[in-house]
Amino acid sequence: MTKEIKLQTPLKDNDLEGLHIGDKVLISGTIYTARDAAHKRLVDLIAAGKELPFDIQGQIIYFVGPSPARPGMPIGSAGPTTSYRMDPYSPVLLDNGLKGMIGKGPRSKEVIASMIKNKGVYFAAIGGAAVVMAQSIKEAKVIAYEDLGPEAIRELKVENLPCIVANDVYGNDLFDEGVKEYREN
Amino acid sequence: MREINVKEVIPIVRKLCLDASIYIGDDVVKKLKEFQEKEVSPIAKEIISIIFENQKLAVEKKMPLCQDTGVAVIFIELGQDVNLVGGDFYEAINEGVRQGYKDGYLRKSMVDDPVIERKNTKDNTPALIYLDIVPGDKIKITLAAKGGGSENMSEVKMMKAADGIEGVKDFVVDRVRRSGGNPCPPIIVGVGLGGNFEQSALLAKKSLLRSLDKKNPDPKWAKIEDEILERINKLGIGPQGLGGRTTAIAVNILYKPCHIASMPVAVNIQCHVHRHKSAIL
Repeated sequence: MTKEIKLQTPLKDNDLEGLHIGDKVLISGTIYTARDAAHKRLVDLIAAGKELPFDIQGQIIYFVGPSPARPGMPIGSAGPTTSYRMDPYSPVLLDNGLKGMIGKGPRSKEVIASMIKNKGVYFAAIGGAAVVMAQSIKEAKVIAYEDLGPEAIRELKVENLPCIVANDVYGNDLFDEGVKEYREN
Repeated sequence: MREINVKEVIPIVRKLCLDASIYIGDDVVKKLKEFQEKEVSPIAKEIISIIFENQKLAVEKKMPLCQDTGVAVIFIELGQDVNLVGGDFYEAINEGVRQGYKDGYLRKSMVDDPVIERKNTKDNTPALIYLDIVPGDKIKITLAAKGGGSENMSEVKMMKAADGIEGVKDFVVDRVRRSGGNPCPPIIVGVGLGGNFEQSALLAKKSLLRSLDKKNPDPKWAKIEDEILERINKLGIGPQGLGGRTTAIAVNILYKPCHIASMPVAVNIQCHVHRHKSAIL
């Protein structure tokens, strides 16, 4: 955590090539939310050759199901959900242009391989720090799958959303490296 | 007999939902501070500081600590001298949950059915209600707002008597190891021993209700809790699984007698957003 890097979406390959595990990043721009149920629908659309509800090129998906916004607020609490549940779907989205994912907890070997292949990055946000994360979200609107309630896809405008690079384009894994460093037996 | 109208329960449950979502217990804060001081990983220390900042902001902005405001798990201790009148007791509890989750802008996280339709019930009901009948004429209501991420890392194992206490320790430590960063460490580890298949799981959940300030009342089990905690914190998982010595801040054990053939062991994992509140009526 020596560097603090500002990132603007959509992400470009040369933005991502400069990132290494442990780097702190502040993400600004438009990002999209999706959890398990929305991921399944997105992947089904791709399989059917249909258009996605948003342009995924260079984009970031934040794995989050926010709590409802109080009146006058853009969003409620909005911390990350556990990412492994998205592992079956993420490689398909990375193959189709997705560049970044924000969540918590480690990813599967398949997702890590897909991030190397497609030059994608996985950012860890702090689970349970949901009010802190919400402070960086300036606007939110549901753009698809309203029937899913908290699991609907939202378009978020974020400013300096704080994350840590957990998997970089070089195949490094902070979950592996961090644990190895502090394991005592 | 003391007569209590079930409608009196509604505002109490509502308030428990509102308060639990925002105000973290002092025992959790104290333990986190204690571990932060001992922590050697800079990233781990910083994550714990962000957790403290989140706790302060939640109160300041009246926003839930975590967007996953959980399943409403309700433990009722019903005095046997209470005569409940005025309607359906369980429906009154659900109405309290419904109002609390609506008025607190809390997330509705229940889906029905659990496999095929998975349709959101839109009011966070039904609550999961567990009833104990106890002496007296009061009702104690405890709400545990349980998030999904940590619950998913929980497990029941039907062990053999031959596995012994070392087998139990190994299983609990291994369950935490396999959970890694998924359940939002720093965690609290609830362990239920004995009973049978389903009771062990309930014991594990109930063990989480013991204040983190309080040691196990039985010194033998208190020592076992300390040993398991020490082993867990040598795994290196750390806050959020990014490395460190603060993987768990407590291990709580509860047990009951069991069948001669069995040794059920349940592990219920609780994240650092450890929300439980009680009220007595």
